[in-house]
Amino acid sequence: MNSKRNKFAVFLACGILLMVLPFLLQPFGNSWVRIIDMVLLYIMLALGLNIVVGYAGLLDLGYVAFFAVGAYVFGLLASPHLLANFAGLAASFPDGVHYNIWVVLAVAALIAGLAGMLLGAPTLKLRGDYLAIVTLGFGEIVRIFLLNLDRPVNITNGPKGLMRIDDVNLFGVDFGRPLDLGFITVESVSLYYYLFLLMVIMTIFICYRIENSRIGRAWMAIREDEIAAKAMGLNTRNLKLMAFGMGASFGGISGVLFAAFQGFVSPESFSLMESIMIVAMVVLGGLGHIPGVILGAILLAGLPEVLRHAAGPLTQLTDGRLAPEILRQLLIALAMIVIMILRPKGLWPAPEHGKSLVKKD
Amino acid sequence: MDIFLQQIINGLVLGSMYALVALGYTMVYGIIGLINFAHGEVLMVGAMTSWSVISIMQDAMPGAPGWLLLILALLISFVVCGLLNFTIERVAYRPLRNAPRLAPLITAIGMSLFLQTMAMIIWKPNPKPFPAVLPTEPIAIGGAVISVTQIFILAATAITLAALLFLVNRTKLGRAMRATAENPRVAGLMGIRPDTVISVTFIIGAVLAALAGVMWALNYGTVQHFMGFMPGLKAFTAAVFGGIGNLAGAVVGGLALGLIEAIGAGYLGALTGGILGSQYSDIFAFVVLIIVLTLRPSGLLGERVADRA
Repeated sequence: MNSKRNKFAVFLACGILLMVLPFLLQPFGNSWVRIIDMVLLYIMLALGLNIVVGYAGLLDLGYVAFFAVGAYVFGLLASPHLLANFAGLAASFPDGVHYNIWVVLAVAALIAGLAGMLLGAPTLKLRGDYLAIVTLGFGEIVRIFLLNLDRPVNITNGPKGLMRIDDVNLFGVDFGRPLDLGFITVESVSLYYYLFLLMVIMTIFICYRIENSRIGRAWMAIREDEIAAKAMGLNTRNLKLMAFGMGASFGGISGVLFAAFQGFVSPESFSLMESIMIVAMVVLGGLGHIPGVILGAILLAGLPEVLRHAAGPLTQLTDGRLAPEILRQLLIALAMIVIMILRPKGLWPAPEHGKSLVKKD
Repeated sequence: MDIFLQQIINGLVLGSMYALVALGYTMVYGIIGLINFAHGEVLMVGAMTSWSVISIMQDAMPGAPGWLLLILALLISFVVCGLLNFTIERVAYRPLRNAPRLAPLITAIGMSLFLQTMAMIIWKPNPKPFPAVLPTEPIAIGGAVISVTQIFILAATAITLAALLFLVNRTKLGRAMRATAENPRVAGLMGIRPDTVISVTFIIGAVLAALAGVMWALNYGTVQHFMGFMPGLKAFTAAVFGGIGNLAGAVVGGLALGLIEAIGAGYLGALTGGILGSQYSDIFAFVVLIIVLTLRPSGLLGERVADRA
């Protein structure tokens, strides 16, 4: 009883902390709030990938492609780019294309999910490392297309990317400028923080529900032993496609939020390194374990940024060789190596199997 | 016809380098079932080391013949890369031999990032011109041209492959390697030390990668800290293409990938009426890979289905 009350207290404290966090960081500058905004986005991405890699056991090294799909969907639907390049469309949208964010989120989730299944279809027979390289190739293909589709018809605007993307506009609140509540002013980055926080909480909720559902358990059965799962009557083909599709939808949604938050998208945000980072977050934190994955995302996305701010003196000491950007990379690399050697199952691994059968509360 | 011949030559040269790197991937995979993601970085370190050696030697003894510098640079980068890969295996992979399958993959990626960053710190991030140590006049053959560097690349690859084939198939060490690849525990019972064999495999792979790195630098005339990434990725693709774990497959896959890319880059623009240009040559490699793997899930020459998912 007492422990339950403690748990509730901890929960409440965390909740309050999360609610006021942007105001605590605001005095130090907007860049700090931006960092936690990005961390929240990465948490969403990592949770989405966790469905594919953690639950279904399909190693996907091209996950960032779906993130890119989402970002470009929003970029095209909410920036002047399309109308500037297609005169025919401009006539039917005299005020420019500005879709409601909810519509775009749904569309992006759908398109990314379809792309995920499209990728999944030819890879169903592949296993392990073959799957890894094909997904990696798929990610690169998407990036190269984004980079080169400015000719002959300018769709993606090539390496320059799409600019002047609308901010999110919810219930009459424009997220692009500070919101004056009378007694307090909420900065734009903080508004995004609350939006992202909401989305992350929704993602976590969905993931928990999936994990304990029939589908979730079927995925885990496939992860542990595909042949046995098949023998138990599971339709492994559909289940795998579903895992790819669901994971990709989360990637697409994060992409939309990213595009709105940044205000511009360009192909360089969607490199292979980004995919690898997301895989690293999932594996480092604890494969298939939601709190672990969140921890991994916070560590890899947040800590290096924070340390980067503290790197000034070191940069001067080493004659510019240890520039903040380099130091950040070095830290990520070392963290990946050291944590994996010390804790091969991740920092906060999932409890052993069968536990859910014994413990019921 | 001239363009075709030219693209064949370019493709073979590119493919030779892919094949050398792919061999390193495939040997390591064959023995411990791990994708050594840091392998491309070994290639980069090889190229960087040879750049340093040649630059220093050119200052120390001006007028030394180019081939002497090249041989010296090759030898030193062999040693450096061999030691490096030996250390990588010891530090990052050996402690995780029995860990979940994804763990060593993550350390491998971490190692790759670490080496790139270290190279950036040691050699500075700017691209460096690689001195032309071999004669640069092209030689005309049948309407196409081939440079001395390209001849060197083809010849060195052929010699290396022959030596590797001899090593793996005819020597005691080669037999030990094949036995370990088959089953490390049983090999251990037969008096083989799997750990030693694995170390040797990593060293051999590193030497091949270093050779490819120097070739790459010679061929493209510039070195930079992230130069290992693309060749590493492509070589890995080549290894999977040919059937990972299979030595002949790596060579076939490497050469095939090189040819596909070169010919694709040469003809893609003309075939599609200028819509898809040579900037899509990277896509070409991946698309072919996806098609091949869909039709033959274990690669061109792979026999067993990889069952380590």
